[in-house]
Amino acid sequence: MSGSYFSAIFGKSPVRPLQEHMEKILACVCELIPFTEATLARDMEAMLVHHRNIITMENEADALKKELRMRLPSTLFMPIDRRDVLEVLTMQDMVAGSARDVAGLIVGREMQIPEPMAKTYKKLIKRSVDACQQAFDAINELDELIETGFGKVERKLVGRLLMKLDIIEQDTDAIQVKLRNELFKLEDELHPVNVMFLYKVIENTGTIGDRAQRVGSRLQLMLAR
Amino acid sequence: MEFSLWYLGLAAAFGLFMAWGIGANDVANAMATSVGSKALTIKQAILVAAVFEFAGAFLAGGQVTATIRNGIIDASSVESNPELLIFGMLAALLAAAVWLLIASRKGWPVSTTHSIVGAIVGFAVVGIGVEAVYWSKVVTIAASWVISPMLSGLLAFFIFMSVQKFILGTKDPLKNARKYVPFYIFAVGFILALVTMLKGLKHVGLDLSYFQSLIVAIVSGLITMSIGTFAISRIKIDPSQDASFRFTNVEKIFGILMVFTACGMAFAHGSNDVANAVGPVAAIVSIVKTGVVVQKSPLSTWILLLGAVGIVLGLATYGWRVIRTVGKNITELTPSRGFAAELAAASTVVIASGTGLPISTTHTLVGAVLGVGIARGIGALNLRVIRNIMLSWIVTLPAGGLLAILFFFLLKSIFYNGPII
Repeated sequence: MSGSYFSAIFGKSPVRPLQEHMEKILACVCELIPFTEATLARDMEAMLVHHRNIITMENEADALKKELRMRLPSTLFMPIDRRDVLEVLTMQDMVAGSARDVAGLIVGREMQIPEPMAKTYKKLIKRSVDACQQAFDAINELDELIETGFGKVERKLVGRLLMKLDIIEQDTDAIQVKLRNELFKLEDELHPVNVMFLYKVIENTGTIGDRAQRVGSRLQLMLAR
Repeated sequence: MEFSLWYLGLAAAFGLFMAWGIGANDVANAMATSVGSKALTIKQAILVAAVFEFAGAFLAGGQVTATIRNGIIDASSVESNPELLIFGMLAALLAAAVWLLIASRKGWPVSTTHSIVGAIVGFAVVGIGVEAVYWSKVVTIAASWVISPMLSGLLAFFIFMSVQKFILGTKDPLKNARKYVPFYIFAVGFILALVTMLKGLKHVGLDLSYFQSLIVAIVSGLITMSIGTFAISRIKIDPSQDASFRFTNVEKIFGILMVFTACGMAFAHGSNDVANAVGPVAAIVSIVKTGVVVQKSPLSTWILLLGAVGIVLGLATYGWRVIRTVGKNITELTPSRGFAAELAAASTVVIASGTGLPISTTHTLVGAVLGVGIARGIGALNLRVIRNIMLSWIVTLPAGGLLAILFFFLLKSIFYNGPII
């Protein structure tokens, strides 16, 4: 079509796809809440359903990731660094990976969370989801950041969101410590192999918060340029 | 002259055809940013384009027309054979029109201005002689092709930075948008009126002094500003729309501003590009009428009118479809950016029109968009496409020139029976 060359100067901004990817990641991690409920209720059927949901959503996020990567040729001129976009994307992707690992381990070994740990474990899951939600909120500010041309007011707002993300992540660390402590006290009553893997579950769950925080740090680097 | 009527008829036909082509293809680039950012619906865009392209062409198209008509070729070099200039100008028109037709079919980024200037220089060098070309003027024009996108880019950069500083980057963007957007609207009315008054209106019987022009420009700026303020006051602010994107309502205010810059853009485009069609016509008409090559004869009003009508015809028959297509493909541009690019481009083009420099509106606009991009305002720009557009004239100049040479000898073999130089 004639004249169409002019519209071709506008590329497709990576911001919206990046936000959609994070939205998918968040939905994937959120699925851990009903999954944990099912685990604690020892409802294997429900566990399998939610585990499958997690895997499906992780795959969908993966497809979004690949699509965005393909759409970012190096000749694209953007207000944000191309490398930063790709790295935020990778970080986001890894969050879903942790969620999948947690659910996969529990389903695969048909694990049970000991009753005395249940309350704290639920708290850890809840807080990890909070961390993802917070990271998502920060990523969601990217279009506003670009709209304002990375204005000071908007940058401060994102800075506050990221500060809160750090606090949530510290929370998850503290809960992990408490959880390990509880597990330590139960060690004698449990099968040693189960104990080993329970530590592994705690560790994997903890990485969700860590990785959500790293999404935030990458975003911060993006703003600093 | 033997074929006087033929020459006049052909000139009018080719000129109209060229103007039609400008209306059909070129206008789209000027209007598409407004349609793409949804500041205008397609119908509104066509209306704005028709009215302001016409006004720009008719009111402010004279200076550039004069340049195309007798600023590039030294007419005294063909004093003994004025018909050569007629063939040449007809050939140039035909060459530029044909080249544009081919290029737009293929989707190549081609500028009307580059085509016609290349065509005129081409036939002059081969058909008349190297010394027939005012090379210093051609160099000035070529330099303006490099400078105009840079100037509009720089302007756009600073306009957008000011928008960030005064409106978007503040704590209450909505309040500040209401406060400051009217000033940008003032600038649109002021600049357009000033340049038009200073340079163009003698042919419609209005001859104002510098001071009078300034007053008129200020008044017209104030009038546009008050219309704009009224329109802004009627905008419905719906906070619920800000839920997913907090600047939805602010962008609505910029949408009003963009209606004005769209008018400015259409006006600017008409004022500069009409000359590409009617400049050669004007040259032919004055030779036919007087039988000799006159360097200084007043431009007939009907010639500008012919161009203005041709552009609107092109717009009405074909251009609206192109606007729709191009506009639909521009999805990432919001009014706060689109207006900055348009205001910068329109100002640059109008200044060039006032100075009589034929520049490419599209290049100027692309430069402005890049300026906003450099101010970190646009999500993504395809640098490769921008580079290709900017470099297109390297192909367009010789293409227009070669085609013009071809048509020149063709026309000469049909009509010419005078002495061979």
